[in-house]
Formats: sequence, structure tokens, C-alpha cells
Amino acid sequence: MSVARTLISSWGNLGRVEHLTAIPSFRDELPSALGELIAQGGSVLGYGLGRSYGDSCLNGGGGLLVTERLDRCLSFDRTTGVFRAEAGLSIAELNRITIPKGWFVPVTPGTKFVTLGGAVANDVHGKNHHVTGTFGRHVRRLGLLRSDGSVIECSPDLEGDLFRATIGGLGLTGLIEWVEIGLEPIVSDEIEMESIRFRNVHAFFELSAESASWPYTVSWIDVLSQGAALGRGIFMRGRHATTGGFQSKGSGPALTVPVTPPMGLVMPLSVRIFNEAYYRRPGATYSGRTRFDPFFYPLDSVHHWNRVYGPRGFFQYQSVLPPETAQAGTREMLKRIAASGQGSCLVVLKNFGDVPSSGMLSFPAAGTTLALDFPNRGERTLALFASLDEVVSTSGGRLYAGKDARMSPAMFRAGYPELKEFQPFVDPAFSSDFQRRVILG
Amino acid sequence: MVGEGVIILGGTSAVAEHYARRLAARGARLLLVGRNAERLTPIAGDLLVRGAAFAETAVLDLAEPPAEGYQAAWNGLAERLGGTVDVVLLAYGVLGDQKAAETDPAETVRLLSSNMVSACAWMTAASVSMEQQGAGSLVAISSVAGDRGRQSNYIYGAGKGGLSVFMEGLAHRLAGTAIRVLTVKPGFIDTPMTDGMAKGGPLWATADKVAADIDRAVGKGRVVLYTPWFWGPILFVVRHLPRAIFHRLKI
Repeated sequence: MSVARTLISSWGNLGRVEHLTAIPSFRDELPSALGELIAQGGSVLGYGLGRSYGDSCLNGGGGLLVTERLDRCLSFDRTTGVFRAEAGLSIAELNRITIPKGWFVPVTPGTKFVTLGGAVANDVHGKNHHVTGTFGRHVRRLGLLRSDGSVIECSPDLEGDLFRATIGGLGLTGLIEWVEIGLEPIVSDEIEMESIRFRNVHAFFELSAESASWPYTVSWIDVLSQGAALGRGIFMRGRHATTGGFQSKGSGPALTVPVTPPMGLVMPLSVRIFNEAYYRRPGATYSGRTRFDPFFYPLDSVHHWNRVYGPRGFFQYQSVLPPETAQAGTREMLKRIAASGQGSCLVVLKNFGDVPSSGMLSFPAAGTTLALDFPNRGERTLALFASLDEVVSTSGGRLYAGKDARMSPAMFRAGYPELKEFQPFVDPAFSSDFQRRVILG
Repeated sequence: MVGEGVIILGGTSAVAEHYARRLAARGARLLLVGRNAERLTPIAGDLLVRGAAFAETAVLDLAEPPAEGYQAAWNGLAERLGGTVDVVLLAYGVLGDQKAAETDPAETVRLLSSNMVSACAWMTAASVSMEQQGAGSLVAISSVAGDRGRQSNYIYGAGKGGLSVFMEGLAHRLAGTAIRVLTVKPGFIDTPMTDGMAKGGPLWATADKVAADIDRAVGKGRVVLYTPWFWGPILFVVRHLPRAIFHRLKI
């Protein structure tokens, strides 16, 4: 298996790092690809579509085994919805294959450009977390290739501890070779949705509470609003339509941001104008049907949208606070962000449910999650994060590793009490920049 | 309605696999021919999940003359598929090592046999069956490298150029019948075949993009397809460059 030297940056575009890469097309090439990368690079990490924002998908100077060509379906039972595929299959492809047959991925993140392997390694969540829990809850079985050459099949009942370490394990327990999940039956590819303006944080919590019967809920927040309007935003809730069938037509061609502009386009003034307009636009209150694509993946219609943040890239900050402290903590975080004048248009607020996550290092937990993009303005941005960390820590919350490029080792340890149990399952030849910076830091 | 019947020669090729996926989604019947059973089998399994009405494999070294002769071997493949053969896609080929072949006659013969001699033989056999059947599409993946001999890849290019001329003649002979003959001329495609080259930039296409272009061209009954499209004008210029200029270029 040939390896190449390649510069790779994660989704946050915070810097290009040289890696040794191999892109096997067939599973029989995996042992030699792993061996070659470990021999030449010292360590290896599986790499899917690179949608992690920070450094959890990077292994600078070491090996990256790119899984995008390992995207074959292995089995699909159309009566039970049990689906198995190689780990490089994307959710976009999965949707194309299974939706016309009446089956939908039980948990989908806000982009369809993630692989099954990446969905497992980050134990991703979706708009339906309060009902269905994380992606890992729906993984029935997976195949893990270890650097000693063994292939270990694991499930909640089989090698259960290794399974729990691998779900949300950031790819450190070995290469996820294939994944079997249970899909959810649907009768239409449309979503019945409602979109409602809310005037502040308190109104968000009220709307969340009264929307518990909606399987999909998520909110956008105007992060620059202050005072009585602190945390105003738009609440969206949806459910699969119960009539209507499946349209054969896919979504139209996507737009692309073709190059990184020399300066970021996300500046306080442009954010303020966008947020005001987005909050006030007529479509902000809506009730009706929509195709699944714009409902679940609004940003996927613009390829490389991450480039609008310019050459310095951007950070995402995603936290979860437990229910007891969620409302006060969220308000305090929003206050500090508004006061800092930083922030962007992409701000998501959602209440997680209490379905336990299946991984030792899974991020989601009962409470409220806040996710924000911040253009990288160096020290100013990092200072704001330090201030937000204080709120998260005192509220008993934690941060999402898959989004992170800057949290401290202490912050991670405090947020993930099962880290000690996780460590023994790490494959000695697997590593990542995140692991070296935060887990071993 | 019975799905389209398709025989793919070189079933593990990345372009062929993406083409097969598109047809599988429409319920096609597919027979994948190639050397490596261990790799063909998961591809066929994937095609079934994606909706193929039939997806099987035949293990055969296509670059070598079959013991029973090309026509008998072809008839056997068509029988395995059953029903009509609507599309034949020839997708195998070897890039080889240009530098080695320049001084090694045996390597030159190997590249020409794989890329041209055997390919033309299979297309002859397939055309005989298709003429008896009366309709269908014969598709071969050639290359822009076959449009003009260039120092960087003329041995591969000679094989592909020979295949292009053969397909051009076949299209000429079968013009006016219900049989379509399509020569596909891709440029750089990001596949395992090109993993040794520096990639990225606007000239590189994905295997899926090329497969989509082929699918559309078959539907329209096109005779020659440059894919992506910009290779048409580029090769027009390359073909017409005066030798005085051409010979100064290191391409």
C-alpha cells in the first residue's frame, strides 16, 4: 500500500499539518496500510471526511488512514432495518440508499458529510437527542482492526467494555472497519415542521418543555442580543411526515465557496446585520412541510462554508450543562459572549434528554447544549473561551472533544470521569493531536 | 420491468464501481468481471444493497486470451447475466511504468496487450453478440493520453489510442443500427490507479463524476465523451500544436 505526504487541516481551518496518508480501496489492503503508516509515521489514526473542527481528527507528523474509499454496504435487511456497511460510508450516501426504501438513520448530526466511522468515534448526536439518545445507542455491532492485526467484533454484549470505549473514543481504540446500525422506519422523506420566534433564554426553556413530544428540536440564537432580549432566537421542531411517500428527485446542486477569501467575512457588523435580518425574516415563523435535506442539513447546501472565516480559520465551542444549572449557566455564557462582541451567526441551543450515552467518552448528557462558531482572533478569542470555561466548570458541564482545538487537559479530565476506564483500551499504535494535547497533556 | 443488463469488464476499477452503483440504484442486473474474487465479491454485495436486481462476479484475467477463445468466453459471460445485455463497459487497463517500458520491450508488449489487444478482442466478441441481439451500448474507457503520443506516457497512450481508433471504427461500422458505441476519454481521475501522482487542483475529477458523465453519455447515445468536458478543448489544442512547439514541451 503506497503512502503519501499530505497537508491536512480539520474543518476549523486552524492550520495545515503534514501527515502520511494511505487511502485503501479494499479491506484486504488495511493490514498493510496500517503497518506501513505505523512503520513510517510512528502512529496512526483513522480519518473519514474531516468534519471534526479541532484536532481530534489530526495526527500531525504521523499516519492517517483515510477511509473514504471503504464505503461499501455489507448488508441491509429491509424488513428489520438492520444495516451494515464499511466505516467510510457517509450519512449522505446512507440516506440516498435507505430513504427510498423507507428507512432513516436514527440519529444524524447537522451535516450529512460524516462517515459511519466518524459518527461512532465522536458518538454524534442530532436534533432528536431528547428522544433517541446518541448515534452510539443505535450501533448494534462494529468491527475494530487493532494494530496487532486482530479484528475484534464488538457490541453492547460482546467485548462490551471495548465497545463502550470505541463509541465516542475519538478513533483511539483501533480502526473502525465496519458498523452495523438499526435504522428507523419512515413513510415519507418530508418533515412536518414548525418554526417559532422566542424572545429570550427563559422563553427557550418554556418552548423546549412544551415540545417534548416533537422528536426533532433545535434552536438558533442571536448571540449579540443583550438585556431583556438576551438569548432571543428561533425554535425549530419537526417530525417525520406520516403521508406523502418518497420523491425520487434529490436536492439540487450545492453552491461552493471556491476559495478562502483573504479576510474572514464574519465580522461583528456583518453578524449583527445577519442576525437581525434572520430573526426578523418572515420565514422565521413557519408551519408546514419541508424536505428532509434542508431541515437536517441546512449548511450542506454550501460546500466549504468553513472558508468564509478566512485564512485564520475558526473555533467552535460546544458545551453541555446539567439541567440544574442549565438555565442560569446558559444565560451567564450568553451574557459574557454578548459583552465580548465576538460570536457568529452559527449558534445552536438545544436541550438534551436523559437517555444515557453509550460511550465512556461520549459528550452528550442530560441538560442544555450550546454550540457557537467564533472566527479565530487569537488571544481575544481564547480569553473569551477561558471565561466561558469558568461558567461550564462551575455549572458542572463539559466540552465536546470533536469540536475542540483549545481546551485544557484539566477541563477534559473534570468533564469526563470515565477517562481512567477508557485509557486501557487505547491501541498503543493509535494517536491523535487531541490525544497528545489534552488526554496525555 | 426487468432492469438494464450490464457486463463490466474490470469490475474493481473505481470508475466502473461508481458507474455500477448508479445503475444498481435503478434496479439493473450486473455481472462484474475481473481477476480478484476477494475484491469483486464485496462490490457485488454492495450493489445488491443499493438496489441491483442481480449482481454477480466472474473471475477471469481479461488481459490474457481465454483458453476457450474470446467468443466462447464472452458467450459464457452473457449467459451468466441472462436476458439482454444492454450495456458493456470495458474499464480495465494498466498505467504501467513509462520509464521502465521505454527500454523494456517485454513491458511495452504487456501494456499494449492489456490496454489494447485484449480490449479490442473483447469488444469484437461483445459486438458480435450485440449484433445478434440487435441493440445495446458498447462502452470502452480509453484516455486522453491516446489522442497524441507524448513523452510522459506514450506507451500507455499507444494502447489507449489504438483502442480509441478501434472503437471509432466500430462506431462507424455500426452507425445506423440500434447499437451505440461510446469511447470515453477521461483526464486525471482520483483513483488508486493514480495514487502515485501529485493530486488536487481543478484538473482532477472524482471517479463518481466520471461515472455520472458516462451514464449520461450512454443515455444520449454519444460516440465520444471527454470527461470532465474541458478535456475536449484541451486535447483539441494539444492535437493541433505545431510540432516545432510541441517538441519543446515536457508533457
